[in-house]
Amino acid sequence: MSDKDVSVMSVIGFGIVSAVLYTLLYIYSGDLEKASQLVQQGEKIYFLIPIAIAFVFSYFHGTFTDRFWSMLGLKAKK
Amino acid sequence: MEVLQAINFIDLTWVNVTSLIVVGFIAGMVSGFIGSGGAFVLTPAMMSFGAPGIVAVASNMAHKFPKALVAAIKRNRYGQVDVKLGLIMGIFAEAGVLIGKNFMTDIRQDFGDVGTDLYVSAVFVVVLAIVGGFVMRDAMRGKKTDAENKGVEQKHEAGKIAKWVQSVHIPGTMMYFKSIDAKVSVLFIAPLGFATGLLAASIAVGGFIGVPAMIYILGVPAVMATATELVVAFVMGMGGSMLYAFDGFVDIRLAMLILGGSLFGVQIGAIGTTYVKEYVVKYVMGSIMLIVLVSRLIKLPVYLDQMDWIAPLSAGLTSTLNVVSFTTLILALVVGALSILIALIKGIAEHKQQHAKFVDVGASD
Repeated sequence: MSDKDVSVMSVIGFGIVSAVLYTLLYIYSGDLEKASQLVQQGEKIYFLIPIAIAFVFSYFHGTFTDRFWSMLGLKAKK
Repeated sequence: MEVLQAINFIDLTWVNVTSLIVVGFIAGMVSGFIGSGGAFVLTPAMMSFGAPGIVAVASNMAHKFPKALVAAIKRNRYGQVDVKLGLIMGIFAEAGVLIGKNFMTDIRQDFGDVGTDLYVSAVFVVVLAIVGGFVMRDAMRGKKTDAENKGVEQKHEAGKIAKWVQSVHIPGTMMYFKSIDAKVSVLFIAPLGFATGLLAASIAVGGFIGVPAMIYILGVPAVMATATELVVAFVMGMGGSMLYAFDGFVDIRLAMLILGGSLFGVQIGAIGTTYVKEYVVKYVMGSIMLIVLVSRLIKLPVYLDQMDWIAPLSAGLTSTLNVVSFTTLILALVVGALSILIALIKGIAEHKQQHAKFVDVGASD
């Protein structure tokens, strides 16, 4: 398998994970809204949910977008 | 004390979802290019979609800090980031974030969501007028200097204020920073970081203070300042997001939809900086700031009316002001996106042309 194949495979892999994460976000959007209301009512532990989500999404979606542009040949000036 | 209102989050209709991803993409591009987070477009945009000022600021911080991390790592590869300066400014910025966040929650408690709408917009108008005007003036001077010295590689030179700051020696507080290749007292960095954090907690944009402060007060080259600001944005953004999330103000659905688009855009913006001259970055930055300023200014009477601080506006006038404000905001996004894409395409073409000439000369030798 060439480097190019590996790169395309990883773009597809991270892209699928990213798509799954966004689907879950949409499915559970009502629960996420409720979690914020619970935090306001004193269940402070739920404040960690948005922070954890931000990190997980940025890792998978960030890696996906980075490799996506590299695969298309958009690179910085050397 | 008033009973605390329930937090209003926007409805995730398909129109809202699609619009947020597109707006996020363009703002991400601007963000990667000028290093100010892009939230100065996103906070007003989220408010236009119906999010209260405090939720827009909190959610923007949450979308910004992971994005800033991604962009900082990327630009560090090009050698544009002064990590040490970014971390130190970021730590002082946390103190500013704490004060700013408490002020915002006090406003909401006393005046409700519209109080935060008015506060966020008023801060935008003042800050954009000062910083936008200053950056635009500097961009014009930079272009003139560039034209006069065409073909000559320009070495970055610190301004008068920066030279003075670098000349002040306060024993026990001096630190070396690679971006300016000089020692500066931490006592100068502390208030700059604090002000950056205070502004970030108020409008989700700290870069408006952080970037110009690094350029004009510390003497950091513009491209390095915008890159280093990403480290500051990550440190204070994470702290600020936690503080706002602790009171339930972060709408993570909204934040992640924006992130979905902006992470695509931020890469283009970051790559774009490597192809353009410093004054181009400043031109783009200044233009967007001034257009967003107009958008927020138009919206102020609507909030004042909602707070009963002015004579009631007619329904027709309110609707017109809302539409004009939103349209102006879209104009800022379009101007930003086009400027960066044109600069990037031109830059790549010039680079290829120069590379071809170099190869030709090499072959003829």
